[in-house]
Amino acid sequence: MNTVISLNDINKNYYVGEITISALQKVNLKIMEGEFVSIMGASGSGKSTLMNLIGCLDVASSGEYLLDGVNVSRLKADEFADIRNKKIGFVFQNFNLLPRTSALENVELPLLYDRSGILRNNTKAAREALIKVGLGDRLDHIPNQLSGGQKQRVALARALVNNPSLILADEPTGNLDSSTSLEIMELFAKLNKQGKTILIVTHEYDIAEYTKRTVFLKDGMIQWDRKIKHSDRPNQLPVNHGKRNYE
Amino acid sequence: MNKYLKIEKAAIKSILRNKTRSLLTSLGIIIGVSSVIVMVALGQGSSKKIQTDIASMGSNLLMISPGNSIYQGISRGSGSQQSLTLDDCEMLIEGSQYLQAVSPSVNFNGQVIGGSGNWYTRIEGVNQFYPQIRNWEIAEGNFLTAKDIKAKKKVVVLGNSVAEELYPSGNAIGQKLRISNTPFTIIGILKKKGQNAMGMDQDDIILAPSTTVLSRLKGSKYGSYINSIYASAVSEDVMDEAETEITRLLMQSHKIQSENDIDFRIRTQSEILEFATSTTNTLTLLLGAIAGVSLLVGGIGIMNIMLVSVTERTKEIGIRMSVGARTRDILLQFLSESLTLSLIGGSIGILSAVLISAGLKQVTSLTPIIDPVIAITAFLFSGAVGVFFGFYPAKKAAELNPIDALHYE
Ligand SMILES: Nc1ncnc2c1ncn2[C@@H]1O[C@H](COP(=O)(O)OP(=O)(O)O)[C@@H](O)[C@H]1O
Ligand SMILES: [Mg+2]
Repeated sequence: MNTVISLNDINKNYYVGEITISALQKVNLKIMEGEFVSIMGASGSGKSTLMNLIGCLDVASSGEYLLDGVNVSRLKADEFADIRNKKIGFVFQNFNLLPRTSALENVELPLLYDRSGILRNNTKAAREALIKVGLGDRLDHIPNQLSGGQKQRVALARALVNNPSLILADEPTGNLDSSTSLEIMELFAKLNKQGKTILIVTHEYDIAEYTKRTVFLKDGMIQWDRKIKHSDRPNQLPVNHGKRNYE
Repeated sequence: MNKYLKIEKAAIKSILRNKTRSLLTSLGIIIGVSSVIVMVALGQGSSKKIQTDIASMGSNLLMISPGNSIYQGISRGSGSQQSLTLDDCEMLIEGSQYLQAVSPSVNFNGQVIGGSGNWYTRIEGVNQFYPQIRNWEIAEGNFLTAKDIKAKKKVVVLGNSVAEELYPSGNAIGQKLRISNTPFTIIGILKKKGQNAMGMDQDDIILAPSTTVLSRLKGSKYGSYINSIYASAVSEDVMDEAETEITRLLMQSHKIQSENDIDFRIRTQSEILEFATSTTNTLTLLLGAIAGVSLLVGGIGIMNIMLVSVTERTKEIGIRMSVGARTRDILLQFLSESLTLSLIGGSIGILSAVLISAGLKQVTSLTPIIDPVIAITAFLFSGAVGVFFGFYPAKKAAELNPIDALHYE
């Protein structure tokens, strides 16, 4: 198995006026090809910051990041753009679809910026991605005409269309009801079975239980990193309570 | 290439998504482009009209008028304003080889009574050669003859406007009219000539023998001084020779030794044309420049909207960046939007310029001449305006940090 992600001593600081916020401290993390990993932690614990670094949307303050064995710690903006385009599919909590733009065109978006030219203008690939997420009959719908779950499927199709090695999802079910959340998680699980490496940020234990490995963050540091256990849940709450935040 | 097509397609789509805003944005360009084209078309139209008007005066026309001598008050004094006489005219007719016709012009403004009422107009005393020199044909009856001139006959030829005013039913020939209490017989009516380059009605005139006007109308204190002399050269090719010859002959008859003392001025038709053309060209340039400023203002309008659009679409920019758009892609996207917007404005501007010109042709006597070079220049300029004023907002958009752009609310 190849190592997809290798983070070594990653720090990330934000400077707000006089104050320095250490969003990530000495983070070391290795993720192998084909893994299905969830990242948990309280609000403000640094989950999104970690995801943005892994997704090459942001740069660490210090430390080393190897993606597919290539050091991507210090790259130019355009090189990051190319990595995002080729290697990473991002799914956001708030969908981030272009408004007033059809599902198909939204999914085609990464293809427009494909510099290798292999998939460029490949409407077929976009259509197939939408079929894969079960939206073959909604190609021409604009986001306003879709339900939350459907919007997230479009976003997932967009993340898949470039055939990236890594799929990152920052609270993909955060805006969805529990049954829709489970549908989306089934979809992620299916994609993982097909070999995709998937990282999901969540604060729902039900969601984390879908994954094979959970990285738990606290105050910007990794507190534990293993398969989630039933005993990890705050014990006063009943099992399978449905959608509930355990922050 | 395909990629640019896609970018262009996306630009058009985004423009169509906000039709009203896009229209309002390009309104500045539309007005700018169409006013540049229409202004220049108007300028060129009037320039063309002036040229044909002047050409219709006869292309081998020379006009001799009295002029102040350079050493005014020393050699000739103020009397130099009256330096031309009927004798000069006769002398030119007999003595020149480069002139085919010469006519004096004696002007008198006065009240005319006849036909259906009275009319204030200009009476010009001329000779039998006048129609030939001025390219002016007779519509009815006859023109003045050598005999009429010699005998100081009290006969007149009416300009078209005067004839229409005094004899609307059209039986003017043979009728009598009175000018300053002197009765004249109408022997002819001139063809309509229309307005001259200055917008004056050339047909509001009565022609009479120069001799008669001098002796009967102007009064003795004027002696035999005339206002000017019209001459026409044998051909266009000998205009310079004709001019030299006139100068020589008139200097002789006025007993002038030095060129500095010359008391007359000769103007050729081409000189008048040149003057008129340069005047209208200046006017055209001025109008075009003013319109150009409005085009620039339109460009600032585009920049304004593009800046708003960048802010409004910060999130969209973040989304595009998150799926791999490079700085250049964002830059190109916004540039192509502002370029497309201004080129659409430019096209509509050209279209409306054509319509406005057609409308102006209907309601004015001018025919605006749309210069394709100006139209294309204005169109390209509007494109340049789009790129120039679109660049700053586009750059601003392209330099956004993807995370900040994504989180923008
Ligand atoms: N752009 C930013 N500027 C300043 N501080 C930030 C910024 N982004 C995140 N932070 C801070 O970093 C910490 C981690 O944030 P984040 O990664 O978003 O947490 P999570 O996703 O786990 O809720 C928080 O304290 C947050 O306030
Ligand atoms: Mg977060």
